[in-house]
Amino acid sequence: MTSTQDRVAAAPASIPLTRPQLPSWAPLLVAVVAVAAAALPGLLLGWGLAPMVLIAVVIFVVALPTWSSAVEGSRKAQDRLAAALVWAGFGLAMIPLGTLMWQVISNGVPVLSAEFFTYSMRNVVGEGGGIYHAIIGTVIVTACAALISVPIGVMAGVYLIEYGAGSRIARVVTFLVDVMTGIPSIVAGLFAYALFVLFFGPGVRMGIGGAVALSVLMIPIVVRSTEEMLKLVPDELREASYALGVPKWRTITKVVLPTAMAGIVTGVTLAVARVAGETAPLLIIAGDTDSVNFNAFAERMATLPVYIYYSYMQPGIPPEFGQERAWGAALVLIAIVMALNILARFISRYFAPKTGR
Amino acid sequence: MTAVQLERPTTSRRGDAVFKALATAAAVLILVALAGVAVFLTLEGMPALQAEPGALGGKDNIVLYVWPLVFGTLLAAFLAILMAAPLSIGLALVISHYAPRRLAKPIGYLIDLLAAVPSVVYGLWGIEFLGPRLGTSYGWLEDNLGFLPFFEGPASGSGRTILTASVVLAVMALPIITAICREIFSQTPTLHQEAALALGATRWEMIRMTVFPYGRSGMISAVMLGLGRALGETMAVAMVLSATGVVTFNLISSVNPSTIAANIALGFPEASGIKVNVLIFSGLVLFLITFVVNFLGRLIAARGQIKEGR
Repeated sequence: MTSTQDRVAAAPASIPLTRPQLPSWAPLLVAVVAVAAAALPGLLLGWGLAPMVLIAVVIFVVALPTWSSAVEGSRKAQDRLAAALVWAGFGLAMIPLGTLMWQVISNGVPVLSAEFFTYSMRNVVGEGGGIYHAIIGTVIVTACAALISVPIGVMAGVYLIEYGAGSRIARVVTFLVDVMTGIPSIVAGLFAYALFVLFFGPGVRMGIGGAVALSVLMIPIVVRSTEEMLKLVPDELREASYALGVPKWRTITKVVLPTAMAGIVTGVTLAVARVAGETAPLLIIAGDTDSVNFNAFAERMATLPVYIYYSYMQPGIPPEFGQERAWGAALVLIAIVMALNILARFISRYFAPKTGR
Repeated sequence: MTAVQLERPTTSRRGDAVFKALATAAAVLILVALAGVAVFLTLEGMPALQAEPGALGGKDNIVLYVWPLVFGTLLAAFLAILMAAPLSIGLALVISHYAPRRLAKPIGYLIDLLAAVPSVVYGLWGIEFLGPRLGTSYGWLEDNLGFLPFFEGPASGSGRTILTASVVLAVMALPIITAICREIFSQTPTLHQEAALALGATRWEMIRMTVFPYGRSGMISAVMLGLGRALGETMAVAMVLSATGVVTFNLISSVNPSTIAANIALGFPEASGIKVNVLIFSGLVLFLITFVVNFLGRLIAARGQIKEGR
């Protein structure tokens, strides 16, 4: 009897109920030590920032799991290693974004001026000139692309959800639309060229060709987002409309599409943002020019991305003016694309139908 | 009582028919457009089969001309995916499982920002920022790892090599792979995850036991789609890479294989006559490669969905 009691009393001392654990400030401590260990020789030997950060991260990723495996066991150590690696990967992925933004802004802002926005490159050699013609071209080409792809994309989405649901054609179309999102942009440009050559002869360059190429890239995005949005429209709405004797096409145009409108507009805006930055197809079929061209159906048409490309790669003599303009135009292009993205989020947040659920 | 009209008014029926026809036509038009891409590229590309060496940069026939480009395309895309795939899966995990909920959404936006940057701007960044900085480390690679054929050198000082190009491609493929993976990861059934945690699994063990098996097909298809993007990406490569059109595994020298897309972008504006057909033919090859890759990616994704359905 006494021996059992002794054993019970002795148990907590010999078999701990909790595993030993690193204190909650352990990662912080290791991080500080790692930074110090990397910075000290780094500063003494005059390394750059990049190697120091790299060494600090490596020390952290090695030291914390080692300490943890000594105290907590290998399973916990693996867990800490995975977490450290995942966060290090996140930091690594932010480097391109940060440096790119910094570089575009720091190089681009000094270039911006009233002249930059209101002048074309006609008869400009060296300093001066602007992106007026390229902005006009981008707006015209993108608007034409949207005019072509929005009706086709939305109607195809309507077919897939409202008419063809479950049929073989619908399944094939859905699958091929997915595959079509992966068409390289340059192939879309070649397609537009090969199509227009048949009508206008070799060497054809015109804005509308760029619009056709861009719509090849844009239609799949519009179809996908329309499809997703129509799926979200509750069937009760359709049934209520049918019960009132409304024909199917009136139901779609007056009930289903308005309900899904916010989502569809968001999708279209995102698609416009995606194609507005496309360079390759426009390089092939829209070409480049120094003058303003308002006619999409004749002659070459400059667009912002192509303008950036030529300004940087063929800057003329002396090269620094062309390259400066390229950075300025890059800043404007990024600003346009970002603004469209933010607009899309704004639309989807504030104009979404209230489901009440 | 007998006068009650049971039939629908005919106008609405006609409206229905017209609307349905329009919708169907739009769907079929997409199929026609996709077929049109293949048909028109074939039509305009076929004359290239008879091209003379003069139009082929000195090569004897079109196959010899296209082969180094195919090699360069595959090499650059493969390297890019090698870098991008693990990183994006990690990023997707940060968003879906590691980051505190309040941080997860802004982090997602940041990744989407990467996707919104136009490719020509990536090209500028690759030349001005990435190239020179990687160029200095290529010297180190040549000195210390020169015994590997990949780092044989002589190292390019400007850093405009195929390795730099694939780093840029990796950055561009990253947001696509991350977006799909994060979608898949966040769909893992909560019950599976909680069951694993309740059995005493650490977070990493829980992810390995529930999230990865559940999302395997999604992850594979995401990587395939990222590969498709990397294969077809044009401007960044055209700007960053200083290409000479050779077949080599040396990743850090200034003598690099070109890619199909970059070669078209660089050559097309000045091309005329049969050279245009040659470039269109190489575009057709690129189209077929990306089509197959995307087709497989979507097929794997569709298979995964069927499995979930059961």
